[in-house]
Amino acid sequence: MIQLTSPFTDDGMRALKVGDEVAISGTLFTGRDVVHKYLHEGGSLPAGVNLRDGILYHCGPVVLPENGGWRVVAAGPTTSSREEPYQAQIIEKFGLRGVIGKGGMGARTLEACRKFGCVYLHAVGGAAQVLAECIKKVRGVSFLEQFGSPEAIWELEVEQFPAVVTMDAHGRSLHQEIFAASQSELIKRL
Amino acid sequence: MSCLQDSLVELIRRASAEIPDDVQRAILGSLHQEKQGTIAESALKLIERNIELAKAKSQPICQDTGSILFFVDAPVGLDQIAWEETAREAVRQATQRGYLRQNSVDSLTGVNDGTNVGPGSPTIHFHQHRAPHTEVRLVLKGGGCENVGAQYALPIEALKANRDLAGCRRAVLDAVLQAQGKGCGPGILGVCIGGDRATGYEHSKRQLLRLLDDRNPVPALDELEQDVLKTANELGIGPMGFGGKTTLLGVKVGVLNRLPASFFVSVSYMCWAYRRQGVTLGADDSIRNWLY
Ligand code: SF4
Repeated sequence: MIQLTSPFTDDGMRALKVGDEVAISGTLFTGRDVVHKYLHEGGSLPAGVNLRDGILYHCGPVVLPENGGWRVVAAGPTTSSREEPYQAQIIEKFGLRGVIGKGGMGARTLEACRKFGCVYLHAVGGAAQVLAECIKKVRGVSFLEQFGSPEAIWELEVEQFPAVVTMDAHGRSLHQEIFAASQSELIKRL
Repeated sequence: MSCLQDSLVELIRRASAEIPDDVQRAILGSLHQEKQGTIAESALKLIERNIELAKAKSQPICQDTGSILFFVDAPVGLDQIAWEETAREAVRQATQRGYLRQNSVDSLTGVNDGTNVGPGSPTIHFHQHRAPHTEVRLVLKGGGCENVGAQYALPIEALKANRDLAGCRRAVLDAVLQAQGKGCGPGILGVCIGGDRATGYEHSKRQLLRLLDDRNPVPALDELEQDVLKTANELGIGPMGFGGKTTLLGVKVGVLNRLPASFFVSVSYMCWAYRRQGVTLGADDSIRNWLY
């Protein structure tokens, strides 16, 4: 297990390879469909949200109010491919070092990872409880009213959040490789 | 609050927080299949831990608590209008308690009012039967796996899929290939051969009410189910698409008549977080027994 701690660095990210298992500690921001479209269309980040050298988590958590703050009840990753039209530009413009999600992303994101020193980290889809346990604190939330709870930007403090590097900064994508291998296995069996 | 509402809230809670036994057994079985030290094995271990944790904390297994699909078998004479109103209240309450995520969005305005109640949510399929009691089955089907579902209109030249069972096999295996890990595999397929575009998908979802280890009573379909399961697990897609031996946990196929002009194969992909539960209700609408 490789330890990753925020703020994340270009060198640190470029040292990672496809298949590495990592444990992330520090700050994460959630952002999913509405946030990506909004930022892509030129929307600006709300005050207090800084994505530079940060990691964006494709996640729409279940969060309940508690003692004047928030408690994360469930927080697994959502499917990342929906953000493919927007991700590369967002990595470049906001200086992201990592994207956490599930299912992998496409060629444009892979290229942006290579160019800007970013990686795609695959969390286990559906593992909402194990991942919620790694969230130690909700530091804040933006766009809650405007976008609704799952689509809001949640600032989370995490400890030992597990993920696997499936797209690295060297142009390798586990998703491309598995697709090609499984396709040729299937052809043999048709 | 009515007894029916209490029962439905409890059904939702249990469906959301506890994976049915047959599914948990299948996941455990697949964990033993994967090579030690692989990322596939790590993923399944995490899934196993997640299942235990959700149950212990009575919290959603997955944060996407999905489309809320009720399948109700009711005696003749049930007041469906009142029943549906109570079910909507139960969904509201289950959402307030965090058993369900605020998960239902107005498709026109994009507004999520946080109640999970609106046109099409929850979806309730009523069916009459001659028995004296009501059976309620509930499936919570997440969006990630729903998005990788697919409907094929045979013949499809590119897949060399003709209008026969071999063509159906090709179509279903193509759906598995295209899905890769995006639907949070290992997955379970509900398939319908025939029907129209709407009934085909509906019937494919209905297959998800079956137990994982049951066998199809129609020999040709049983053979197709076993074959697709075995073949899919030889493709090396694996849990989460990380590579590995477990791509699917089960395949369930049903058939509907079709028009001469149409030949649909509808595939609903269910993620490992296979939330399905059911109850038989007593005369007073309290829960008499659990169906899974
Ligand atoms: S596909 Fe299933 S396990 Fe994956 S995020 Fe959606 S509901 Fe959860």
